[in-house]
Amino acid sequence: MSAARPPGGPLLSVRALTKRFAPRRALFGAGGGGVLAVDDVSLEIAAGETLGLVGESGSGKTTLGRCILRLMEPDSGSVTFDGTEVLALAAEPLRALRREMQLVFQDPFASLDPRMTVGAIVREGITIHRLAEGAAAEARVARLLDEVGLSKEAATRYPHEFSGGQRQRIGIARALAVEPRFLICDEPVSSLDVSVQAQVINLLRDLQRARGLAYLFIAHDLSVVEHIAHRVAVMHRGRIVETGSSTELFAAPKAAYTKELLAAAPRPIA
Amino acid sequence: MRSWIRACERGDVMLFGWFVCLAAGALAVWAVHRGARGGSAGPWRRGLAHLASDRPAMAALFILAMLAALAILAPVVAPYLPNAQPDVVSGNNQPPSLDHLFGTDFASRDVFSRVLFGGRISLAVAALAVLLSTCLGTAYGAVAGFHGGRLDGVMMRVLDAALSIPRILLVMAVVAVARSITVPTLVLLLGVTGWFGTSRMVRAQVLSLREQDLTTAARALGARDREILWRHLLPNVASTVIVAATLSLGNVIILEAALSYLGIGIRPPTPSWGNIIQDGSSQLASAWWMALFPGLAIVITVLAINTLGDALRDALDPRTVDGT
Amino acid sequence: MTSPLLDVSELRTSFRTVGGSARAVDGISFTIAPEETVGLVGESGCGKSVTALSILRLIRPPGAIEPGSRITFESRDLLALPEAEMRAVRGARIAMVFQEPMTSLNPVLTVGAQVAEVVRVHAGASKAEAWRRAVETLAAVGFPDPAARALDHPHQLSGGLRQRVMIAMALVMRPALLIADEPTTALDVTTQAQILERLAALQAAMAMSVLLITHDLGIVAERAQRVIVMYAGQIVEEAPVRELFAAPHHPYTKALVAAVPRLGVRRERLETIPGQVPSADAWPTGCRFRERCPRAFDRCAVEPPLYRIGSGHRSRCHLDAPGGAA
Repeated sequence: MSAARPPGGPLLSVRALTKRFAPRRALFGAGGGGVLAVDDVSLEIAAGETLGLVGESGSGKTTLGRCILRLMEPDSGSVTFDGTEVLALAAEPLRALRREMQLVFQDPFASLDPRMTVGAIVREGITIHRLAEGAAAEARVARLLDEVGLSKEAATRYPHEFSGGQRQRIGIARALAVEPRFLICDEPVSSLDVSVQAQVINLLRDLQRARGLAYLFIAHDLSVVEHIAHRVAVMHRGRIVETGSSTELFAAPKAAYTKELLAAAPRPIA
Repeated sequence: MRSWIRACERGDVMLFGWFVCLAAGALAVWAVHRGARGGSAGPWRRGLAHLASDRPAMAALFILAMLAALAILAPVVAPYLPNAQPDVVSGNNQPPSLDHLFGTDFASRDVFSRVLFGGRISLAVAALAVLLSTCLGTAYGAVAGFHGGRLDGVMMRVLDAALSIPRILLVMAVVAVARSITVPTLVLLLGVTGWFGTSRMVRAQVLSLREQDLTTAARALGARDREILWRHLLPNVASTVIVAATLSLGNVIILEAALSYLGIGIRPPTPSWGNIIQDGSSQLASAWWMALFPGLAIVITVLAINTLGDALRDALDPRTVDGT
Repeated sequence: MTSPLLDVSELRTSFRTVGGSARAVDGISFTIAPEETVGLVGESGCGKSVTALSILRLIRPPGAIEPGSRITFESRDLLALPEAEMRAVRGARIAMVFQEPMTSLNPVLTVGAQVAEVVRVHAGASKAEAWRRAVETLAAVGFPDPAARALDHPHQLSGGLRQRVMIAMALVMRPALLIADEPTTALDVTTQAQILERLAALQAAMAMSVLLITHDLGIVAERAQRVIVMYAGQIVEEAPVRELFAAPHHPYTKALVAAVPRLGVRRERLETIPGQVPSADAWPTGCRFRERCPRAFDRCAVEPPLYRIGSGHRSRCHLDAPGGAA
């Protein structure tokens, strides 16, 4: 199905990805010019690695994530997952590939269908890809809920009965149900309380170790990114301005924008 | 008491029929309470709980359920045959009495029985027409909203064109061309002219749902379009559709009555609330009962429907449902 | 020792719920001095926003401030004021800035008009005078090109600019106390820094006190002089800022500080607090943090009072009881 990955090559490779949003066709003249949300972005992620992506709102991070998963069609560039060119796939092979790459959302409430039970939500991926049926599917759901730290009784309840942190776990369980190798975490802890953030971050790290997952961890909170990412890319107005290992980048930033971000970050007194 | 049993051979069957209708009303209310008490915290159950606590709505539900039962059991519960004319000479235009609860009309027909049988027609036509228009409207709106782009544009322009013609004129035009209006034809006509509003509403909601994370999440999982539509979009649109359908029921009842009143809907001697009013309209001053009672029937029915519809809207409001 | 600007005493605010009643704020007492910045820290469900709304008497049924509470501001009992006088206080003497500027601003009015409205309502100024003051205040909060952009509508502005408008609306009448409820949570880190910087400058210039409500310990560390930590409707610790971070006493404060990842401090795992925040309709008996506390012991079955530890430092934990935790 996919070309053999060159040994030692990256799991995900993005080259020169560009996405421009079409200008609004204004009725009375002056429509804005198109916004270049993603401007010639290239990056690589190895299996089991976390690449942190920091940048401010409007910098294009979310758009980049959606383009990589082909939930939005980029204008140009290439996205290679395990040797397969994602942007060139037809509908059915793309659907099959979706199992490998999943998404965890920022707002755990908006991404969970309020009319479905938690069990149904987690099971959806299993059903779509026919991974298991009936009792076997139920058993998988129970195992997944356990893995993210929820009781199996949660399966019969509805999203609104859970706290923000728990809903985020449900979202993670849903993503894991299809057994991906790569997860894009789009601001997964930004809307959570501090102590709950810590729980979810720890969970993501544990899962990475247990399952060998690669993450693209998108966030605006530098301290969180420093904690969880092996390497970091800084995005500003659609372009990657700096990439480096987490420790190096934060200790000795090179790009002006990176320095600006670090200077602005509030710090608790040690 | 025995003297007014004519339609039904046995008076006790008629009384039993009345009892069943009352029971139907009680059953509907009980069912809502029962549904509201379940253990799960699902959105439907919470909606029912909300509804159960709304007294006027429960009263309206009782009335509507009873009316529906009366409509179904009309042949059993009506004291006379609706078209029986026992004594045209001296039995006509009799004011309400114990023998004839709503009096008799110019042809000595019992108005009460006519109203019961008329209700049968009016309610059935309205219910079926609304069912048809809801299905059509939901399908059209969902397809337009889901696909967006050019298909949506074309579909909406067609809709705009259709919406620009007043419904009653459209119906009248068709009736004028057709030779006769049977009940099925009327249902079809009302159904086909009534789906525009629903489809606009469904389209708007589907459009907004499409942008939400829950749809993106389904796509990220690899769901096909029809899976997304069926599993996510339609259930979330359902509550809006139910409310709109309930409220349009009232409109259709009035529309059908208006058409029948004008003589272009259900034609006499088949009774329909509208044409009973027509029959009585010429003698409003002298024999007021002929027009008043069918009119009251319409008012009570539509009032009950609107009360219930408003309560449903509150109960199924996504905000109360989501627990936020 | 000057009298405090704001003196909250035994404030209790509860909400009637389907099941009974939920006491979101359960007996909190604190003061704010003139020209002081106090940080109010806590996580969701601790009651900090309800506290702010209570001070401004913005609690509506099914919520109510319970009798026995007292809020004194500039030596007046706010809870005893008739509504007309309270309205004169709101916006002019005590102002509030909310978290979500997009939903707090009126989308159909220009931003200049919204700031000017505050002046017209409170000072009865003419339209021209109110507009002048509005533009002046927008300039003071760092709004770029205020004369021209005051004619913009909220949707034409970025999040940071909208928040500046909110702050201008709050400051235009030069209040003595500004309550800022998560003012920068929805903003980027650089914008956040700029706005907080600007707010600090204005505060100094206007000799204003600020009650800064947030869950972000970093902001509190940089901007507040004193910190109050809330948990489950109660104050669990209060201390001058340096002391709170250098030597937190209450186990919840310690856990909170340990849970925040810190730049430059690499840790293997973040400390987490097991369990969940209790819900207001069923506060646990005894110490409310007991179920989740690593150091709970038998005395914790009794609700601890706020013990005094050193000057200006209070902690609601039996471990801090004078004479040891016996």
